[in-house]
Amino acid sequence: MAETQIKNFTLNFGPQHPATHGVLRLVLEMDGEVIERADPHIGLLHRGTEKLIEYKSYLQAIPYFDRLDYVAPQNQEHAFALAVEKLLGLEVPPRAQYIRVLYAEIGRILSHILNVCSYAMDVGAMTPMLWGFEERERLMEFCERVSGARMHMNYFRPGGVAFDMPSGLAEDIHGWADHFPSFVDDCETLLTENRIFKQRTVDIGVITADQALDWGFSGPNLRACGIAWDLRKARPYDVYEKMEFGVVVGKHGDCYARYLMRMAEMRESVKIIKQSLEHMPGGPVKTDDRKITPPSRAEMKHSMEALIHHFKLFTEGYHVPAGETYTAVEAPKGEFGVYLVSDGTNKPYRCKIRAPGFAHLQALELLSKGHMLADVVANIGSIDIVFGEIDR
Amino acid sequence: MDLALKDLGDYIAEALPQEVLGTEIEFDELMVRVRREAIVKVLTFLRDDVNCRFQQLMDLCGVDYPEREKRFEVVYNLLSLTHNMRVRVKVETDEETPVPSVSGVFSSATWWEREAWDLFGIYFSEHPDLRRIMTDYGFDGHPLRKDFPLTGYVEVRYDDEQKRVVYEPVKLTQEFRTFDFLSPWEGVQGVLPGDEKADGDA
Repeated sequence: MAETQIKNFTLNFGPQHPATHGVLRLVLEMDGEVIERADPHIGLLHRGTEKLIEYKSYLQAIPYFDRLDYVAPQNQEHAFALAVEKLLGLEVPPRAQYIRVLYAEIGRILSHILNVCSYAMDVGAMTPMLWGFEERERLMEFCERVSGARMHMNYFRPGGVAFDMPSGLAEDIHGWADHFPSFVDDCETLLTENRIFKQRTVDIGVITADQALDWGFSGPNLRACGIAWDLRKARPYDVYEKMEFGVVVGKHGDCYARYLMRMAEMRESVKIIKQSLEHMPGGPVKTDDRKITPPSRAEMKHSMEALIHHFKLFTEGYHVPAGETYTAVEAPKGEFGVYLVSDGTNKPYRCKIRAPGFAHLQALELLSKGHMLADVVANIGSIDIVFGEIDR
Repeated sequence: MDLALKDLGDYIAEALPQEVLGTEIEFDELMVRVRREAIVKVLTFLRDDVNCRFQQLMDLCGVDYPEREKRFEVVYNLLSLTHNMRVRVKVETDEETPVPSVSGVFSSATWWEREAWDLFGIYFSEHPDLRRIMTDYGFDGHPLRKDFPLTGYVEVRYDDEQKRVVYEPVKLTQEFRTFDFLSPWEGVQGVLPGDEKADGDA
């Protein structure tokens, strides 16, 4: 009998493939259609953010955070603002804290809509994408009305936020929050009990709780394995401790559980949005320490000191006392941390960005081994990766 | 919070007297300096000890201090879900000395160590797969070192004649601008020239 030789073959997946959610190059070693080894090649979107931040003042560093996870930019700004506030020992006025929580939750919904809908498209459903982008557009309009930019808001500041909310915005967000749960309902009727969707996701990419901890999982991906861990509850920052919301926990740690996490978290986020709008106090939106936040335009017209403060802040910036901190927030994709080292000058000495997607993508091989090629697409979609934050 | 952290710091220092060089608490965050060779033992202890239970390595990164004798610090940020605490572990190394890889203790360290190798040139011994991760294929140098220029050394463009992307040395159309913001009134710590006699025996 002739000897048959079985040879694994290697497939180059991406970097220009719509299912890679950006610029992921995946080198897959396959036995027929079964994945033996998956080697993600990342860095195709590497822009040297951390290096650039070392050459910019603290204020100039904020826009770089928008460009990490560009699907939910405000959550990254939040982490950096909190880290700088910690080093400076700043108190943030209550109204600013509420606005930041409000926009952080808007960011969470922005991210979850995009992920759930594009994930549905990856596994074959077209409609959620079309519906979801309509909702995202409404949310981005709220971002535009408060900061002037739809996506890259550059709105959070160490010491508060850049501007107050314009009049009428709170009512509009509230009106949107009333009708949004019905969108989630509609989306769920399309997906949650959909036979094709379940065939593509249930029991695909299962990860146990212990594995998830070992691989540094966080956020919805960790909660999908049954670990109730949410930084908004465990280490509340800003006014999260005053908010009433549930932490959604899954059971199986498969693609379907991760999808359910995000659907349920959107509903919880709406609750937080409503509460922050209802309880939002009046008052200033940034600290009145003029060495940190700029004076108003009107003040600059008649006050010499205000003019000097403005000039100093936008040329030299402020000096941050020497020290270091690791500050993390619960970003939509998981724990987003900023390890900030200051040497007492006006520029960060080192700013390491801990992106949740980096850890999640690393486990892709673990998730995909033994599955079919098409399941790799489902896995990539379900761990919610965005290359802006992974490659930095 | 501060008290619990202090207790934890003392506990770690007591349990590992040979390995721990010192503990500090700053901004409600505990930092433990350890000997480089002992990092695997320390992280295993922190992960498995019942009073620590730091199950997750959230972050691993390098920091470059070129003026020091051992110029690199490797920083491990750990998280305990059981006790809701964080700890930061630090080791020091230089360009030649390898740091033992902790990818056997925490799988998540594998890529972060690759990143630290790529961006700083910190070598990790017994790492399963120490390749570059962030930079371009065939990249030369370690970009996050303080002596690596912000502009880099090479730039790419598409060459129409060769029909491919070519690498060329960086050409700046204007000189790289860097500003010194340390004002002489705040920045200078020593004695200004001419002021030597201002205090002392006067």
